Amino acid sequence: MFRFIFDKDTWQEIWGSISKNKIRTVITVIGVLWGIFVYIALSGAAKGLDNGFEKEFQDIASNSMFIWAQSTSIPHKGFKTGRRFNLKVSDVETLKNKHPEIQFIAPRNVQGVFGGEPPQVVRGFKTGTYQVFGDYPVVDKVNKKKIFDGGRFLNDDDIKYDRKVVVIGEKVRDELFDKDEDPVGGYIKIGSIYFQVIGVYKLNNFGFEGDDSIFMPFTTYRKVYNSGDLVGWMVVAAYDNADIVALEDKVKSTIKKLHDIHPDDERAVGGFNLGEEFGRIKGFAKGMNLLSLVVGLATIIAGVIAIGNILLISVKERTRELGVRRALGATPREVKAQILLESVFLTVVAGIIGIILGAGVLALIQATLPEDGDFPYTNPTVPIPFVLGALVIMVVLGTLIGLIPAQRAVSIKPIDALREE
Amino acid sequence: MIEIKDLHKSYRTGSNSLHVLKGINFSVKEGELVAIMGSSGSGKSTLLNILGMLDGYDTGSYHLDGVLIKDLNETKAANYRNKFLGFIFQSFNLINYKSAWENVALPLYYQRIKRKERKDRALHHLETVGLKPWAEHLPSELSGGQKQRVAIARAMAAEPKVLLADEPTGALDSVTSHEVMALIQKINDEGRTILVVTHEEDIAHMCKRIVHLKDGVIVSDEFVEQQRAEANV
Repeated sequence: MFRFIFDKDTWQEIWGSISKNKIRTVITVIGVLWGIFVYIALSGAAKGLDNGFEKEFQDIASNSMFIWAQSTSIPHKGFKTGRRFNLKVSDVETLKNKHPEIQFIAPRNVQGVFGGEPPQVVRGFKTGTYQVFGDYPVVDKVNKKKIFDGGRFLNDDDIKYDRKVVVIGEKVRDELFDKDEDPVGGYIKIGSIYFQVIGVYKLNNFGFEGDDSIFMPFTTYRKVYNSGDLVGWMVVAAYDNADIVALEDKVKSTIKKLHDIHPDDERAVGGFNLGEEFGRIKGFAKGMNLLSLVVGLATIIAGVIAIGNILLISVKERTRELGVRRALGATPREVKAQILLESVFLTVVAGIIGIILGAGVLALIQATLPEDGDFPYTNPTVPIPFVLGALVIMVVLGTLIGLIPAQRAVSIKPIDALREE
Repeated sequence: MIEIKDLHKSYRTGSNSLHVLKGINFSVKEGELVAIMGSSGSGKSTLLNILGMLDGYDTGSYHLDGVLIKDLNETKAANYRNKFLGFIFQSFNLINYKSAWENVALPLYYQRIKRKERKDRALHHLETVGLKPWAEHLPSELSGGQKQRVAIARAMAAEPKVLLADEPTGALDSVTSHEVMALIQKINDEGRTILVVTHEEDIAHMCKRIVHLKDGVIVSDEFVEQQRAEANV
């Protein structure tokens, strides 16, 4: 059998048979070709979507959450219900010590977002109102800001010395500075205090702050707005392997303890679990992957069955030919092997063409999509093992399905085959 | 060459049994040209199928070139057919997507002979039937007589011991029939053993011996004066 497969004559014989039955060959090939094409195009697209999400989220510590204070809903320790409380700077250390899964915590404050007037910002004759954040440098790790050349984000010294420096958004720069002006080193007036601009950040795809915000050191903000040790909200980022949903519960109960809140009070501590949401999106992408895998494989199977079907018909059509071959000395084994190899050969050829076409379509989609488009779709690829796996599946299925017509071909006695008109 | 002793064959169709060959005794020596005649249902096709190892028999014996041919499995039958026998069919049975020389070379393919040599030998046999210029033509591009000559070349390709022709002229007009018979006679002149099943008297008389079958038994078996086909062309 081994010798038979690698015999040039065998292939010449098969080539002769399939190249001279063109319509049959083409129809057969289209079935599997379409299957593998759908498989490659779909799973490549799903992968592209996956990669796209990955790229969108690469600047974000996705295993993170926001925590803020709300009003209590259960009276506790003599406090009545509906009490407002505030997170404190000291909570940060307590939480960090208590929960080792936490990678870092960024306490944040803001003016002009949650109610309250956004402060007026003035530079020369130009004015605007922008939200102003008080932040630690670590916040940059949660949502990485791209700073234009020549500038920088807040650093630890800015915090330490309560420097009056700000990082401004692209839009803020455009509105307060002239086009050819270098904003870094320039001064803007927020309220009644002058701040030096140390950097301009670029809007990234997944921004919470937009491109019209101003960041100043947390410590400076505290002094300017007299916020004491109050914290507006905090960003808690966990290590990648930590369970962010479980951590959310733990962090909340710690905060409840610190602020004399009833442990069952669900409404006192607000939270938005970014990790959970990202998990959902990633799950969606994974689901898409799985779906495309299933649909693709199902289509391949359908295609292979079509090959079997057509070969079966063609065996019927060729009964006489096969009878002649056997009268001339073809053994049942040789007839069987020929039909089988025809099946496998057609399947593989169709598969390879389908893979090439599928890859072509993926490349085309990639080429048509703008580089920095909003659509999360990057580098659609199908992993080589998947492609090889699909080929192996096709060979196996092609063999199995080819067995039916092959068996049929030899089950007819040559004398009956010759008699058939 | 062929030794048949008390050969019986019956077909079972459901509960009925049809006794087709009722004790055939028959032998053919090397170099003979035998016509087997009989009306339809006389068992002549069944006999030819048994001779061609396309069908088995119930009792008796069949020796081909000293080898007992009985209860062969398909693979063995295929090998024997390939080695011992050449078939010529009424409807030619050429493979329609193969060119003339490829058709002729097909038995050699199953002998695992290399393509180059297959082609050489196929062309040689096409030359003996006078069709070398048509070697690359498909069967559909050939006339009936040409097709049968290609089929004869194919039957000869493996240099078999016996040629079995089943109504070789049945699908041809009288002129081409004689051409084909002339070819068969020529091959026989070179020493090949040939059996021809026919129901045409004039074709039968171009052979050297005529065997008449009726209702599954041989009713007559006689040597005749061979009429040369060329004389009638």
